[in-house]
Amino acid sequence: MTVTLDTGHPRVPAERVALVDLLDRLLAGGVVITGDLVISIAEVDLVHISLRALITTVRDELMGDDLTGEEDR
Amino acid sequence: MTEPAGTAVYLYGVSRGLDPAALPDTPGVGGAPVRAVTAGDLTALVSTVREADYGEEALRVNLEDLSFLEATARAHHDVVDQAARTAPTAPVRIATLYRDDDRVARLLTEQHDTFTRALDRITGRSEWGVKAYAYAEAMAAAPAGAGEDTTAPAGGSGAGAAYLRNRQAQRRQREDAGRRITAQAQAIHAELADHAVATRQHPPQDPKLSGHDGTQILNVAYLLDDDQVEGFLAAVKDVDARLPGIGAEVTGPWPPYSFIDTGDTEAGERR
Repeated sequence: MTVTLDTGHPRVPAERVALVDLLDRLLAGGVVITGDLVISIAEVDLVHISLRALITTVRDELMGDDLTGEEDR
Repeated sequence: MTEPAGTAVYLYGVSRGLDPAALPDTPGVGGAPVRAVTAGDLTALVSTVREADYGEEALRVNLEDLSFLEATARAHHDVVDQAARTAPTAPVRIATLYRDDDRVARLLTEQHDTFTRALDRITGRSEWGVKAYAYAEAMAAAPAGAGEDTTAPAGGSGAGAAYLRNRQAQRRQREDAGRRITAQAQAIHAELADHAVATRQHPPQDPKLSGHDGTQILNVAYLLDDDQVEGFLAAVKDVDARLPGIGAEVTGPWPPYSFIDTGDTEAGERR
């Protein structure tokens, strides 16, 4: 799936990069049609909440467990 | 077919001329098998999901959960990707749900022209992603710019004036480096776009998410005719090797997520 060119620069874990690339596309691409369910989760909302989930998780990982108590969820 | 109470139908994408034997065998979201809903030449790829997981209220909560989001995104992608490798396939936005298969069949009929236009555009083509990064050496290696007057006589003397001059010089250098990098990014994009039929810029990725230590200067999707792929990949490789302090990464082939233009997206033929 992913072709990585050897640039001599440090690489990141492939899993995370791929998910970020995937979400770039899944959250902003594809045919937008109105389904029967979830009508009110608009495009913008979906992008917003999904990215918030990502950023929250990454931040938690960076900061360690001791600070996760302040997340409001 | 009517779905049992408490379930819904998840729609992944719509293929044209898909051989029924080539239906994706990868599991759909939640592990359910993927099946086809066909109307005329169009085939919708769907699977059954529990409303408890994918109903509106549930989704609001579940999409905040990275593991749920990731599992859904990967399953969605795997289904679309497999189908796209055997027949032209227009991906549908993630988390598009219907009551039952009949509703999906009606959608295929009602939106036949929309799907046909989308499929016409991507038939015989694939999407490739390129991210370019500028590393510290590219940001710092500022060849003394012609406009940069390093011998300017001081407007004053003393430590205070020297400090201000120094600050100004540093700011100018940063601005010059920024302009140079931007120009370089545009040049790279123009070079790659010569090998593509359409392009779409994605916003730069947050370094916290990409985990990259370079500054991301390009995050672009390119739509390529099948016979353009070889030349495109060679061009990316050349950019990566040729430009000091600039790294270029390519991903693909992707299903054409970024080039589904149903009137409300900005993906356009740029050239």
